[in-house]
Formats: sequence, C-alpha cells, structure tokens
Amino acid sequence: MTVTVNLQQEMFDAGALVNQFTRDLPEAGAVATFTGLVRSTPDKPIRALILEHHPTMAQKQIERFAQEATDRFDLLAIEVVHRFGEMQVGEPIVQVMAASHHRQSAFDGANYVMDWLKTDAPFWKKEVGPDGSYWVDARETDETAKEKWTK
Amino acid sequence: MIIRYFAWIRERLNRDQQELALPESVQTVADALDHLRATDEDFAAILPPETVFRVALDDELVELDTPLGNAKELSIFPPMTGG
Repeated sequence: MTVTVNLQQEMFDAGALVNQFTRDLPEAGAVATFTGLVRSTPDKPIRALILEHHPTMAQKQIERFAQEATDRFDLLAIEVVHRFGEMQVGEPIVQVMAASHHRQSAFDGANYVMDWLKTDAPFWKKEVGPDGSYWVDARETDETAKEKWTK
Repeated sequence: MIIRYFAWIRERLNRDQQELALPESVQTVADALDHLRATDEDFAAILPPETVFRVALDDELVELDTPLGNAKELSIFPPMTGG
C-alpha cells in the first residue's frame, strides 16, 4: 500500500506519470486516473491560471485523503500530483492515480480523493483573463459532491 | 502566534503573515479574530464577521470555536478552490 503525494511547480506529462505509476504493480488489475486541466471557454476565456497554496497543510491534507481512500477502497497504491504557481491553458493541474485489483475500487478511490481535495485541500485559483485577474469562487456543487462519502 | 493569510485575504491585507502576542483572555479562534478586529482597522474592514472564510491551526482545518491551545500558527483563507 503506497501513498505518494507530490506538490510541484513544474509541468508534468500525464501519460508518463501513469506509466511510471503502474510499472511496479503486478497485482493491479485496474488503474483509474483523473487529470484536471486548465480550461478556457468562449464565454469565460482565460490566458493563464495561478494557483496559490499552503504548502505544509496541502501536503498533509492530501496525504490524509489518499490514505483514507487506500483504507476504505483497499487500494494497492495511490499517487497524487498537484501543481502550484502559474500554468497555461491546456496544461495539467492535478492528477490522481488509484490502483486496485478490480475497477470499482480504483474509480472510487480516485473519485474520493478528488472530491475531498476540491473543498479541503488549501489551494486557491486565480484566473488571468483579458480584463485582468480574479480569484475563483468556491462552488456549492463541490461542497455537496463530498457528502456522498459520508453516507 | 503567527497569523498567516492566503489568496484574496492576503492581497487585500497586503501581508502574508504577522506575529501577534495574544492576551490571556483570547482562548478560541473566534476570540483571536475578534481581537484582530478590535486592534487592526484593516483586518476589521476586510474580514467582518459575516465574511465567508476558513481557518486552520498548525495545518489542521478547525472551527471558530476551537481552542487555540498550544498552536503556533493560525491560517486564515477563503474557501478552497484547488483541483
């Protein structure tokens, strides 16, 4: 059962991360990967995203969620990579990879970590748009998404 | 105690942290916030009680009525928007 959490400024290669993650997991029959990207849409175009974080707290919180997911869904391994600093449209922000014997626990494990991370890991997004930059408001749907895990 | 600020709260206060000697009467997070409001005009203007924000003591999310205990750091920040 390995839990790995990396917070980094550097860009990462989403596919290379998954390949590296699965390399030493002969027992794994399933890996679920979620990758969050910097998005720019026609009604809300942005040029860049700046992510501020609380380094020590972010590390601890994500490690906690990853460990909880491992215990709850019997994962073989889980790895979370979350970036901070400035990133460009299309670049990855976060990646969660959960490995297990069968698919459902891999899906659930990655989903669990993302749901908690959205509301309880200390990161704050600032979007740089054509008319200046502004802090992103928290979404109510993120708050309700995590509630399914407490039922 | 070290008070740390993040995101728009840090920007509007124009500081990322400060050191504060709290009087004995300050027992909880809410007491500390009230003390800051009473002694710091900028803080009172930017973080009135109705503001939506969250707090952590030494890297743990806590509630307003949590006792400060022996915590060294109080972090104050907006609801989180990572992922």
